[in-house]
Amino acid sequence: MSEQDLRFTETHEWLRVEGREVTVGLTDYAQGELGDIVFVELPEVGRTISPGDVLTTVESVKSVSEIYAPVSGEITAANDALDSDPGLVNTDAQGEGWIFRIKLADGEDLSRFMSADDYATHTKG
Amino acid sequence: MSGTAEPRKTALLDKHVAAGARIVDFFGWLMPMYYRGIVAEHDRVRETAGVFDVSHMGQLVLSGPDALEAVERVTTNRAASLTEGRVQYSIMCYEDGGIVDDVLVYRLPERFMLVVNASNCDKDFEWIRSNISGNVTLEDHSFDTQLVAIQGPDAQAVLSEIVDVELASIGYYRSAPVEILGRETLISRTGYTGEDGFEIYCAHEQAGDVWDALLSAGARWQVEPIGLGARDTLRLEMGYHLYGQDIDETRTPVEAGLSWVVKTGKGDFIGRDAILARMEDDARERLVGFELTARGIPRPGQRILASGRDVGVVTSGTHSPSLKRGIGLGYVGNAAGASLEIEIRGKTVPAKVVGTPFYDGGSARRKKT
Repeated sequence: MSEQDLRFTETHEWLRVEGREVTVGLTDYAQGELGDIVFVELPEVGRTISPGDVLTTVESVKSVSEIYAPVSGEITAANDALDSDPGLVNTDAQGEGWIFRIKLADGEDLSRFMSADDYATHTKG
Repeated sequence: MSGTAEPRKTALLDKHVAAGARIVDFFGWLMPMYYRGIVAEHDRVRETAGVFDVSHMGQLVLSGPDALEAVERVTTNRAASLTEGRVQYSIMCYEDGGIVDDVLVYRLPERFMLVVNASNCDKDFEWIRSNISGNVTLEDHSFDTQLVAIQGPDAQAVLSEIVDVELASIGYYRSAPVEILGRETLISRTGYTGEDGFEIYCAHEQAGDVWDALLSAGARWQVEPIGLGARDTLRLEMGYHLYGQDIDETRTPVEAGLSWVVKTGKGDFIGRDAILARMEDDARERLVGFELTARGIPRPGQRILASGRDVGVVTSGTHSPSLKRGIGLGYVGNAAGASLEIEIRGKTVPAKVVGTPFYDGGSARRKKT
């Protein structure tokens, strides 16, 4: 699956939509801004979420970035591999470095998120 | 002097940009935060050696017949015990014992050089100027003097490639004039990393050549440039204080754990009475080192709790690349025991008080004797 299939938020999360399940991570641009990521706090599986909720934090040596819930739904999985290797977010932010999965609430609409091209423009601004 | 003023540049800024460094404004100076990455650079210094541009540091020079007396008055350590070539860690205090700055004092031929924090240089100059008298001249050499450090277990081997002196004869906290590429520099076996290494004071127009020579001579040790990010993790693993975080004008050397550089028996100096009084004050806070015993990274400003009760504040905190856990420094009330919690974004993470240095594998320790 290429970057063209992903959707992006203004707060630097990416979303990969497969049916009613959405995988979420930190964008490659954002990991580059953060630098060496040394700790990813994973969200609790089963938690019900609403847009804007702070779900996790990703910490580099120098700074902290919060990951927000992009949509309503329920957390169905968290990437346990990040416990032992948080650097996956640096090396493969939009693949192996995924952070959690959400089961979309009914009626959620994903059209408000940016395409890869729009996000590229957004981060240049 | 950050704010509206034009950012200051070291002689090496263009080299940092060309090397792909992430440049940040550090108290009004454009400085490299990292090049390849903080953790990789940190490990490089612990494993072989790395070079640092620390030219933003200030150099204030006192000379004249009354220079020693002036240094004794404005600093807390005993400058008179310095023989020529020796270097000493010291502190400048206000009358109330609050810390103006922490400094290195170099005794050089006919003069003393105080190496001060970049963020404090102008303040320090004014403070010293207004508190000295007699036949003494104070000059700020910060612009003309650039400072390049090479730090790491292989630092001496690398520097040996470009100098003609026997570096082993320069002991820990000693300095010597040394020619590099045909021009005299001042080098000292000092640093802020816990590793063996040297700091090289050179002329502005010479800094680029010294920098290139160290990187080129160090190629077989994979020597690379190291940014301020790794400088901070390296110093914090050693428990070294950073002015503006762990010490400032609201803290005296006593609660900062720096009484060892206060020589109250040397005669009068600025802050002596207040420091003596503080030493008798049993209610004072103290700076402690702590490590998290669960996952997480402490950050400056977070609250320190003990059994749920607020007992203090984190002043420095990071992920330790060498120890692979969260470490920090913070002030706690004197009643706090060894078991603490750090409040990290609404959650409490258990921590325990530990002695510093946090990391005790540094090569500098083997050079102190």
